[in-house]
Formats: sequence, C-alpha cells, structure tokens
Amino acid sequence: MAALATLRSASSLFGGYRFIYKNLVAAHSHVWDSVRPNLHLQQRWYAVSHLSVQERIDKKREAARLGGGQARIDAQHKRGKLTARERVELLLDPDTFVEYDMFVEHRCSDFGMDAAQNKYPGDSVVTGQGRINGRLVYVFSQDFTVYGGSLSGAHAQKICKIMDQAVLVGAPVIGLNDSGGARIQEGVESLAGYADIFLRNVLVSGVVPQISLIMGPCAGGAVYSPALTDFTFMVKDTSYLFITGPDVVKSVTNEDVTQEELGGAKTHTAVSGVAHRAFENDVEALLNLREFFNFLPLSNKDPAPVMECHDPSDRLVPGLDTVVPFESTKAYDMLDIIHGIVDERDFFEIMPNYAKNIVVGFARMNGRTVGIVGNQPKVASGTAQEYGGIIRHGAKLLFAFAEATVPKITIITRKAYGGAYDVMSSKHLRGDVNYAWPSAEVAVMGAKGAVQIIFRGKENQAEAEAEYVETFANPFPAAVRGFVDDIIQPSSTRMRICRDLEVLVNKRQTNPWKKHANIPL
Amino acid sequence: MAAPRVTSGLQRVLLMLKNVHFKSGYHIVASRKQYSTVYDPNEKTFEKILIANRGEIACRIIKTCKKMGIKTVAVHSDVDSSAVHVKMADEAVCVGPAPTSKSYLNMDAIMEAIRKTRAEAVHPGYGFLSENKEFAKRLAAEGVTFIGPDTHAIQAMGDKIESKLIAKNAKVNTIPGFDGVVKDTDQAISIAREIGYPVMIKASAGGGGKGMRIAWNDEETREGFRFSSQEAASSFGDDRLLIEKFIDNPRHIEIQVLADKHGNALWLNERECSIQRRNQKVIEEAPSTFLDPNTRKQMGEQAVSLAKAVKYSSAGTVEFLVDSQRNFYFLEMNTRLQVEHPITECITGLDLVQEMIRIAKGYKLHLKQADIPIKGWAIESRVYAEDPYKSFGLPSIGRLSQYIEPRNLTNVRVDSGIKEGSDISIYYDPMISKLVTYGSTRADALQQMVEALDNYVIRGVTHNISLLREILVHPRFVKGDISTKFLPEVYPDGFKGHQLSDNGRRELLATAACLYVALQLRSRRFLGNQRVSTSHKEQNRWELSLNLDKDTHVVTVFSTGSLFTVELDGKRLNVTSEWNLASALLPVTIDGTQRTMQCLSRDASGNVSLQYLGTVFKIQVLNRKAADLNKHMPEKVPEDSGSILRSPMPGSVVAVSVKPGDMVSEGQEICVIEAMKMQNSMTAARTAKVKTVHCKAGDTVAEGDILIELGMD
Repeated sequence: MAALATLRSASSLFGGYRFIYKNLVAAHSHVWDSVRPNLHLQQRWYAVSHLSVQERIDKKREAARLGGGQARIDAQHKRGKLTARERVELLLDPDTFVEYDMFVEHRCSDFGMDAAQNKYPGDSVVTGQGRINGRLVYVFSQDFTVYGGSLSGAHAQKICKIMDQAVLVGAPVIGLNDSGGARIQEGVESLAGYADIFLRNVLVSGVVPQISLIMGPCAGGAVYSPALTDFTFMVKDTSYLFITGPDVVKSVTNEDVTQEELGGAKTHTAVSGVAHRAFENDVEALLNLREFFNFLPLSNKDPAPVMECHDPSDRLVPGLDTVVPFESTKAYDMLDIIHGIVDERDFFEIMPNYAKNIVVGFARMNGRTVGIVGNQPKVASGTAQEYGGIIRHGAKLLFAFAEATVPKITIITRKAYGGAYDVMSSKHLRGDVNYAWPSAEVAVMGAKGAVQIIFRGKENQAEAEAEYVETFANPFPAAVRGFVDDIIQPSSTRMRICRDLEVLVNKRQTNPWKKHANIPL
Repeated sequence: MAAPRVTSGLQRVLLMLKNVHFKSGYHIVASRKQYSTVYDPNEKTFEKILIANRGEIACRIIKTCKKMGIKTVAVHSDVDSSAVHVKMADEAVCVGPAPTSKSYLNMDAIMEAIRKTRAEAVHPGYGFLSENKEFAKRLAAEGVTFIGPDTHAIQAMGDKIESKLIAKNAKVNTIPGFDGVVKDTDQAISIAREIGYPVMIKASAGGGGKGMRIAWNDEETREGFRFSSQEAASSFGDDRLLIEKFIDNPRHIEIQVLADKHGNALWLNERECSIQRRNQKVIEEAPSTFLDPNTRKQMGEQAVSLAKAVKYSSAGTVEFLVDSQRNFYFLEMNTRLQVEHPITECITGLDLVQEMIRIAKGYKLHLKQADIPIKGWAIESRVYAEDPYKSFGLPSIGRLSQYIEPRNLTNVRVDSGIKEGSDISIYYDPMISKLVTYGSTRADALQQMVEALDNYVIRGVTHNISLLREILVHPRFVKGDISTKFLPEVYPDGFKGHQLSDNGRRELLATAACLYVALQLRSRRFLGNQRVSTSHKEQNRWELSLNLDKDTHVVTVFSTGSLFTVELDGKRLNVTSEWNLASALLPVTIDGTQRTMQCLSRDASGNVSLQYLGTVFKIQVLNRKAADLNKHMPEKVPEDSGSILRSPMPGSVVAVSVKPGDMVSEGQEICVIEAMKMQNSMTAARTAKVKTVHCKAGDTVAEGDILIELGMD
C-alpha cells in the first residue's frame, strides 16, 4: 500500500512531463522525432571504421560541439536563446572551461534509440569546470538542441559527477537549466537520474554554494533541483518553472493560463517567490551571474571574499541624518539607507519584487561581502497576512537570525515595535553589535493601543498618549538596559559598521550539538 | 578720518587695511575674496535678526550675521525642520505647514515668531514677503526694523505705472508708452500707433513678464487688449493697462544700487542677465561685455537719481532693457536683495547683506562712488532641479542621494541651502544652488565655471547642468553676443544636450571602454585567500564592442597598469586615470587633454551612464563574445508601466493632489495612501497630463487597484 502510494504520487508528480514536452515541441513548430530518421547519413562518419582513433576523437568532439545540429542551434537562437556551450563560454573567464564527459552517450535501447544516428556525443548536457574572475566553479549547461535537453540517465550521471567533484574540492556549482523534462524513452532510468541529482543538491546544501539559472523550460520533477539550490535566477520571457503545464491545469481545474502566467519569470519573482531574480535575456543573466558569484565564498571552509575597495571605510554619509522623516508616520526608502552605507552604492538585491516589505541582498563593506536584511515600511497587516501564515514566516526569520553564527550588526533606524524588535537580530538573539539611530522607537506597541490598555478609562487619552510617546518613542529604554550598544549619528553608520566588521572578523561561535536543526518551514 | 579719494579696488582694500592698522578694533572677515565683511565691533548693531526666508538666501544672510556677531532666528515650515538654514541659525521657529501660503507667507505666524524670539530686525531675503508693504508696515508698528527700504519706496516701485512716472520725473530713460485705463479697443489701437509698432500690452499690476502680449499690428493689438484687460480685471482687480514700445532683441542689464537713510546713494555697477528662459534668469554676469564706461556711468547715475527720488534706503536693483544701439530704458526697480547679488559682491568686494544691515540700523554708507571698483569678472549659473530637455527646464523633484559642491576649486563660490539627503519638493523653488565663479578676466571666469560644473555632483534629481555648460561654451555667448532671446534662437527645436563631435565621441567611448576594463580588472582583485587561479596571466588586451545612440563601435584596449591605450576608428588614444571606482568624479586624461567625467551608473550588463561635457550619455560596453551573442537576444518592447499608477498596497486614500487634465512632472506626488498608519506618497513615473483619476480622498483601495491613468504627453 505504501509502495503504491509512493508510486502514485510519483506518477502524479512526474506525469506532467509528457504533456509539457509535447507542448513545448508543438509550440516551437518543430516536430521532435522521438527517434531520428535515418536521413543524415553524412553525420554518421564517426561510425565508419576505417578512421583512425585520433580521427574518431576529433570527429566526436566536433559532433559534441555541434549538439543537436545547426538547424536546432538556429532554432534556439531564433527563440532568443543561446546554446548550452555559448552560455558556458559567456559565464566563464575566456579559455578556462574544462569539459568533462564529451564522449558520454545515452544508453537507451528502446524505441530504436540505440541507432547510431540517435546518439549524440555528450548527450543533452555540457558539464565541466572553469573560472569566474579566476575562481573555480563547476558548471552544467543543459543542451536544448539535443532531445530538447531532456534528462537521460547519462545526462544525470554527468551532472552528478561534477557535483561530487565540486564537493570534493570545495567549489560552487552553477546549473544552467534548459530542458523539456525527463527522457521519456528511458522511463524510470530518467526518474532515477533526477533523484540522484536531488540527493546531491540536499547533501551539498551548506557545503558549497549552488546556483540555478533557468534559461528555458524546467518542468515537472525537474523543478525540484533549482528549488533545492541556494539561488534560482530566471530569464524573462524565455524561462518557465512549473510542476504541471498549462494543458494539465486546463484539464484538471479548467483554468486557462499561459506558460508565462503559470511559471514565467514574473510569476516566480513577484508572486510565488520561487525565483530570486530575473534578467532581461541570456546575455544579461550570465553577466549578472558573474557579478553575483563574486559575493559568494567558494565553500563552507572558505572565507567570504574581500575585494579591493576604493570606497573609504570611514566615509560619512550626511544624507542619512535626514533620511528618516520627522513625522513618525511618513514612509522612507530603506534602499536609500542601504545605498548610502555600502561600498560604491552597489547592492545586489535578491527578490526585489517579492515581499516588498523586506529588502534583502548582498553588498560589500570595506570590500567584505555582507548580507543585508532591511525592513521596508510599506505594507499593511490584515487578515491576508494572518491567513498566509505570518506567524510561521516570522518564526522562520527569527530562527535564521538566532541560529546564524556570522558577525551580526543591527541598526534600529526607526520603529522596532513588539515582536519585530526581537526578531530583527536583537541583542537577545546574539546580535554582536546593536545600534539605534536617534529616531529609533522601541516599545511593545504603538502609543494608541498601549494607552488603551494601560490607561483604560482615563479621561484624557491624548495626554496619556503623549506621555507614552515621551517615554517610549525614543531609543533610551533600550539603551539604558544595554540592549543597544550605542545611539549613533546616522551619518556615521557606515564608518561604525566597517569598524565593527573588522573587529568581528575572528568571531567564532558554535551552536549546541544537534543532529540537525528544525527551522519552521 | 578724511576719506582720501581712491580710485581702485586695490586702493580700497589698502584703505581698509590702513583702517585696521590704525583702529585695531576693525575686523575683516573675508571669505575667499568673494566679499569682505568689514565691521567695527564698536559699531553697535542689532542683537538678533530674524530671517523670514528659507534655502540659500537664508543661509547667505545668516553667514554675514554670524560674522557681524548678530544672533539669528530661522523660520521654517514643518517639512523644512531639518533644513540647512534651520541648522545654521541660533534659533528656529516653525511657522506652519509646507505650503508657502501657510508658512513663509504667513505673516501672523512670522510676527508671532518675532515676538517670541525678541528679534530686533527682520531680513526678508528675496521673494516671499520681501516686497510686501503690508509686512513692512506691521513690522514698523511693532517697532521691529525691516531690513530693506521703507514702505513708501516698496509701494512706489511695486506699481508699474507709478514707478515709471517717478522714473520719468527723475530723468530716467523710460520706454515710450501709455499707462492707465484704456477704455476700448480703438483707444488701444490709437495709442499703439502713436508709440509705433511693435508694442507690448499687459496688465499694470502684473509682475515681470507675466501676461505680456506683443502686438506687431492693429489686429494683434485688438487681441492683446482683450486678453490683458480681462486678466487685469480678473487676476488683479485693477483695470489699468500698460501699452509701451516693445524693444526687440533686448538685453536685460540691471544696476545694483545702495542707499542709506541720509540721502547717500551709490551704484555698484551692472549685472548682465540676458540669458533667460520664460522670463527667468539662467546665467548672469558682472560686468556686462556690452556696456562702455560712458553708458555704464549714465545708467548708474540714472539708477541713483531714481533711488534718491523715492528716498530709497537699502540695497536695490534698477532693471533696464538695452537695445542694440545701447539705448537703455528703465524697466522696473526691485526693492530687495536680488538672487544674483553675489556677482556684484565678487567684482566690488562688498558684502551687500552687511551693507543692508548697517543701513537699516541707520548708519551712513562709508564708501563713496569712487571707491566702487570693477575688479575682475564674475559669472553666476543658477543650478536648478529641472529637466532642461523640456522647455529649457521643467521642475523635477526628488531626494539628493549624492551631492558634492565643487568647493575645492579656487575662485568658486556656491550659495546653497541644501545638502546631501535634502529633498527638493514641489512646495518651493527648485533651485539647487547659485554657482559663482570669478577671475581676473571673463575668459578665466568662464573657464572656471566650466570646470566647476564638471566637478559638481548632483544625484537623485534631474538638473540643468547640461544646459548651463552648453550655453557657457557656445560661441555666441563666449563673444558676448547675447539677448533675452538667446535660448530660443540658439536652440529653436529645444535643447537636446551636447552634440558630440567626432573627437568628442572618441573621448567618450575610449573612457567608457577603459572604465569597463578597470572594473573587470578590479573584479579579480581578491584580498583574502580566494584560491584564484595563477595559471592564467592577467588579461591585457580587451576586444570590446560599444553601443552609443544605436551605433556600434569596435574598440580594443591594451592595459598596462593604470595606463590604457585604446584603438578605435583607426585611431589610438592614451587614457590615464586613477580609476577610483568609488568616486563620483572620474577625472581622465585622454592624449593629454584633461576631462572630468562622472559615472552616474553602471551595471553588470555593461550599461554605463557617463556625464561628459555636462551631458549624460548612455553606453553599453560588452566584450566581443557577449556582443556577438547579443545579436541573438530579442528586442524587447518596454512595458508601459508609466501610464498607470496602481496602489502598491491595501490602504486608504488620504489625499489626491491632481485632477484630470493637470500636468504632472516626473516624481510629482499624485496621491497619498495611508496603510498601517504610514503615509505613502504615490508619484508620477513621468511627465504627462492626467487622463483619469480613479480614487478620491477617503477611498479604501486594494493592492493593485488603479489610482490614476496618465495620458501621452
């Protein structure tokens, strides 16, 4: 019974492939023959036995470089997409790519797949290692021109090989996803391949950085690999992520939805939060990925990178002294503060269009990579938030701050009311350095609500509110207890943080031994 | 001490030095030769002055007060509570909410502030209450000194017709014309014919060039009469009209006067203010290239005789129109400190604010006409938060995210009242600063101004530096061949930024290419141990492809240290710079030519915005590989997100500040949404006319609801 249940759920999970695959093929008005007809005899040279081994090596390499052939390369370009190899070349430093498994072929013999003309050296993925700004990275790039980039057992094996090696040497893995789904002809072999990758995604998590860049379709079970990696980026208009495609959605719930609406970059960066950022096209995505890569450490045993920095660490930022409006209810832009503080105003924002009440991303302080979490005072609370599980989401954030052992610096710029004060890396959650700006207000709740409780029935509510504001709407209650280390002039914030990070560089902290933590999900 | 007759500025300074020597109680506080505040601590002055103004002029006045040992009181609106003038003053009083009618023009509140702070005198600056006789009267009634002329002079000069009459009687050249009630169209036409076409028609009570109509024939006179008489009745409740000779292609030249309460008056030379847009001054200089000493003297003497005729005391300005034959005609007299007073201070060495304070206190001028020099040349550029590509300047607003004034340069004076982080709001004048440069010659002052503009960092708001810089280097301006029509004549199709020459384009592209290479090289420079590959040597040859204005340029850069050699268009250029990638300024030397560019933005996709010769150019720099592959990338049609404003959150509409048909400028507030007790200002994404308004104050809106739709421009 249990086995059956698993099987059934698996079939419902992966059952989408076929539809999607067909759908994609049809959509591109280019009929993909599951088995290639025996027409391209001129391409069968490598099977001819009178060639020497060297000639056969050369011919196979040449064939591997051509993937699914010029016609399909042209079709790929026509869709506004680059080929798997072009992508790798653009991502890596020139002439640094070292390719593995160029000679690997699929091992399927059903449906006539074992005919020589149905085999492509390297199969439907390009794998290897190279350098980004001189630093080592392992890469796989799915080749849509070969069987729509579908995942065969061999394809999965190639990916697993580089992932294993990446862990061995401690280097990040970047996946460039462009695949129609499972190789249907291979059946369970293909499903096994996916699971092999998933397992590695899980085990590697927290050991080396894993980044997925979705540059074409990624559907059905294939979506779990990007979802398991640390960062998922997408290309606008040409990439999709979904479990079941529009056809299945239509047949099950009778909803009409396009691929773009269902799983396009906009959906996943603004609505579902599955993807962390989207870029205009392949070229921009790959160039941005190079920049992003420079923020990350190579592995959990390597330090975060420190770049040469031209921005003085003691630079004062006069604009910050006036950034928080005088009126306590008027909004301001947390990005103004972040841009002012970080090196060269350079902030790589993660998920800029999702959950806009919090700003997250990477930047550098005196050349050192920092992660930034900022409250963007923008969004109202209401039933939707409560029904959306705000409690669990809030707990998740609290958990992450409390568990983190990296240097943690907190600035209270204005309101820190109630749970928000505790959650946002408060002193009590092991914040290393906690500052308040003079505009900080730290209290259990806002004046109006508090007064209704404390001074219930009192005649002059306004007077009571004023008294409450006088007592609590300032940084002193936290400062006198040592919950903030200092009240600082906003313009000195950058200087302070840079100095503190230097002090904290040797911070060592360990959490109690445990099998694993249980972050609320 | 008998004043010796001195003829030059140098002698005047020597005289002062002598004074200092003999009366050691004298103090000279010179701020870099721009003007000297010479004061005698024994000369009793006001204890405390309230400045009924904001921004740069309030700061300017406070500076002199400080030098004179006078305590200062700033007044401010609530949004200005952390403004520079508030911080500079010894005391500050909030006089109301943001709209000027409720704060800076709120006489009751200002009077109350005066009482509360016991200020003895009020300096009104310019604008606001500076020429308001009612205000002057109320001050007098409470025994507070108004630092400016008395109410009689304000009133006399404030009325177009009366001022002309007085001018005529004082033997000041006036424009032939008629002022008074015109009873019908026929009378208007006969007056116009008598004066001779072209004529100018406007309501007497209207200030400046407001509502001015030019008629070249009877038909246009008829039309102008109808328009102006309507306006006179409806806007001013005053039927009188002004019909006078229209001076075609005139120059606007004004004389600064200084008069005390003892009948002494001086003229402090002229200011050339011909470069204007929509009757507002953009660039001023002193002296004028156009005046010969004789004309100058005549104008000066007439200005003084007018001042004497109205028993003027304080600093004032007599404006003239000057035609191509150097005939000059009285236009009006401004009974206040002018915006452009710094250029007069630069060439005379006088501190006009100090003189105004002394005069108000009742002291005699301690200078004679012969003591007034013309020392060197001064130019003032009005740096505005506005988009010069639209009608030579439509206001823009925003927060100054980065702001660095070119104060490190010599012979540069910047009068401003804002700092990094300040908001340029819709409530007040969008002026960022007055940038003043001076030199011993006009060429020096011009050169320094160009330099100063290139080194001026203003981010977060659109500004007019591109226009200012183009005017300053235009051959007609350099020759001094200017008139009030300069801008529409030189840019008949509107201002479109600097037009690149072939050489300029090469300089720009070469710099963009080198900046790209510098960034690429830097992105490999890790300081910690990052296991960077040592097997690949640093790249020193870069094949790049640059896109500028839809043209593609193939560029090769060879890098050796901080020196880059660039090959483009078959030419070789050597480019050196420190390549400080954090600095807002990007000084480069290209084949020996020094340029100060600014990199406004850059991204990983190779897009870079460079300010070159004042104008911002957008360039995309890609390596050859990326450029080759880029041709496969689909052309994307930009989403029209600028036309529809949606509510970004659920909340309630607190205020809607526009109605259908209104013009809004980019960044202007359209409505305010309150959510979670936070007020969020919704702003226009671009300059356009409001098509429809879908919300009103008090409405509750959901996230994504359409608030406003904008039409096409």
